[in-house]
Amino acid sequence: MSTRLAQVFERCRAQGRAALVGYLTAGDPNPQQSRELLLTLAAHCDIIEIGMPFSDPMADGPVIEAASVRALAAGTHISDVFELSRVVRQVNPDMGIVLMGYANVPFAMGFELFSERAAAAGVDGVLIVDIPPEEGAICDAAFKAHALDRILLLSPTSPDERIRLACDEGSGFLYYVSLTGITGADMGDINDIRSKVAHIRSLSGMPVCVGFGIKTAAQAAEVAAFADGVVVGSHFVSQIAANSDADAALEALDASAAAMQAATSGFQLEA
Amino acid sequence: MSLPQGSLDHPLYHFDISHAPDAGGHFGRFGGRFAAETLMQPLKEIEEAFYAAWADPEFHRERLDLLKNYVGRATPLYHAERLTKLTGGAQIYLKREDLNHTGAHKINNTIGQGLLARRMGKKRVIAETGAGQHGVATATVAALFGMQCDIYMGREDMARQMPNVLRMRLLGANVIPVDSGSATLKDAVNEALRNWVATCEDTFYIFGTAAGPHPYPLLVRQFHTVIGQEARAQILEQAGRLPDVAVACVGGGSNAMGLLHPFRDDADVRLVAVEAAGYGLDSGRHAASLAAGTAGILHGNLTFLLEDAEGQVIPTHSISAGLDYPGVGPELALMLEEGRLQLDAATDDEALAALQQLTRCEGIIPALESSHALAAGCRLAAGMRPDQIMIINLSGRGDKDMDNVFKHLGWLEDGK
Ligand SMILES: Cc1ncc(COP(=O)(O)O)c(C=O)c1O
Repeated sequence: MSTRLAQVFERCRAQGRAALVGYLTAGDPNPQQSRELLLTLAAHCDIIEIGMPFSDPMADGPVIEAASVRALAAGTHISDVFELSRVVRQVNPDMGIVLMGYANVPFAMGFELFSERAAAAGVDGVLIVDIPPEEGAICDAAFKAHALDRILLLSPTSPDERIRLACDEGSGFLYYVSLTGITGADMGDINDIRSKVAHIRSLSGMPVCVGFGIKTAAQAAEVAAFADGVVVGSHFVSQIAANSDADAALEALDASAAAMQAATSGFQLEA
Repeated sequence: MSLPQGSLDHPLYHFDISHAPDAGGHFGRFGGRFAAETLMQPLKEIEEAFYAAWADPEFHRERLDLLKNYVGRATPLYHAERLTKLTGGAQIYLKREDLNHTGAHKINNTIGQGLLARRMGKKRVIAETGAGQHGVATATVAALFGMQCDIYMGREDMARQMPNVLRMRLLGANVIPVDSGSATLKDAVNEALRNWVATCEDTFYIFGTAAGPHPYPLLVRQFHTVIGQEARAQILEQAGRLPDVAVACVGGGSNAMGLLHPFRDDADVRLVAVEAAGYGLDSGRHAASLAAGTAGILHGNLTFLLEDAEGQVIPTHSISAGLDYPGVGPELALMLEEGRLQLDAATDDEALAALQQLTRCEGIIPALESSHALAAGCRLAAGMRPDQIMIINLSGRGDKDMDNVFKHLGWLEDGK
């Protein structure tokens, strides 16, 4: 299995902070701009999640769905996803890189070839929203053969048996979805999230990252106080949507990523 | 799986589950439960509730009572003699699902799932709809059971099925327009799933066809097998033997599985699935996922999909909103691979012609979806002998399609 993700969490733990996990959709708003945007975000993050655009992103809210639409309309192909990953890896030899998306894209390529190309591009792990542990037979062998971690999700509806299943079948880290809903919705109650994360920890030795709905630095800081990692997606993607000018988008993303980085590092911040 | 011995003998229906998927909901290499983690537990709860209900005679008593006294089952099997003469081949029998309450087969399923929702204590139901028939059938059951109801419908489909939109509203349902993607059925499913992820605690998703994540393909099939079980008994009574061919149109596969499944083990009965060929299979503008699709994963199951080489789902086209879907039920995919299913297709124009033909020669106005089965069925029947028998599933009536049909016929221009 990939040890790079493990090293990221060890490093963060040693520094007494949570990992910042940033998401952008590959190719949003087009493959050229996406390259600069991903590099800008990566500079502030410990792990970057690179979204593979899909025509039917059923678990995503309007913000990330629109990113998929922009990326596909701009002619983003799966080869661009790998190329963008390679570029991020080249500049950031130690950071974690996770590909995130829906089953049909890797399935269409074939999981074996997909895994080979992902590993060659420097990817550490893969998170497929619609492949639960039960359907792992379709991808597990290929991921293992190419030392890719299989990141699994847990949600407020996951009972203990599913938490144990995710611990057994997943690797790298566990991704706790902080709300019953789609990406970009409002974050759930912080006390509920804290106690659920503590409960997951009691059943598993794996790092637990929390995401879906974290939009402000204050929320990120609250979650960073108890989680191993804080995932920010829609908030970063919305910087692209809000700025049609390429430089303005880069600046806005840089500023919001810096604020999130500060928040997860335990620095004092304004709400 | 079956009911306790002798607990519910019924002259027409039987309750065993044959050709069941594996424990994970796989039909061969198809099907399964490719769902987001948040939905895994709710899906499992529905699966458990379904198996418990299916083994409970009380559930079937209640369901069959509603199907009889509320829906109007059994629906007739009608020997269409004038259509048969006009076609000049096999004897054509029509399974009259158009005579069900709300005008299509869809209500067989919504009665079943509505009862499940009530057993599970859910206060709200949601559904996707394409033609609006499933939406109307869901809104109807919600009214009957006093549940809150939200229906997701592509804006494109709302425009072509306006009468059904208004019926749903009259029934007290909230119709939510979906603008994403192609603003048709697949996008309505996406939006319904997004809502369900956030509301699964108190909401039951009444899925409208024999597709989606496990257990939907199984339970939708089981709720619709009343169609084929009746047809089987009726043809034996009327003709003294089984049909040579059974024909149904395919959107996701619910009316097809309903008619065809009970004939599956009758090796001499040919099972024909008719897909929407839109502007023609060669045009690239159609919805024939079995004929022209490749294996893929969408909406919770592995099946045949209309997609590009990189797994992006491609826009479909059909004149009928109910067939305008890029996927198909996983069990039909398996039956096709096993050679148990014969494929056919009908274009928009052929369906329109079949609609007019049946209307003129039998006085029955079929739904555009069902007109696809009629078009292909009659073509096949023409090549058969008069001593042969074909059953065509008349899955719904055409009232909802009138505006759309008149528009295509040019009757709405300058007051002609
Ligand atoms: C009358 C009628 N027939 C057929 C269909 C297609 O669905 P299915 O393939 O699930 O039967 C629909 C869908 O809306 C319909 O309304």
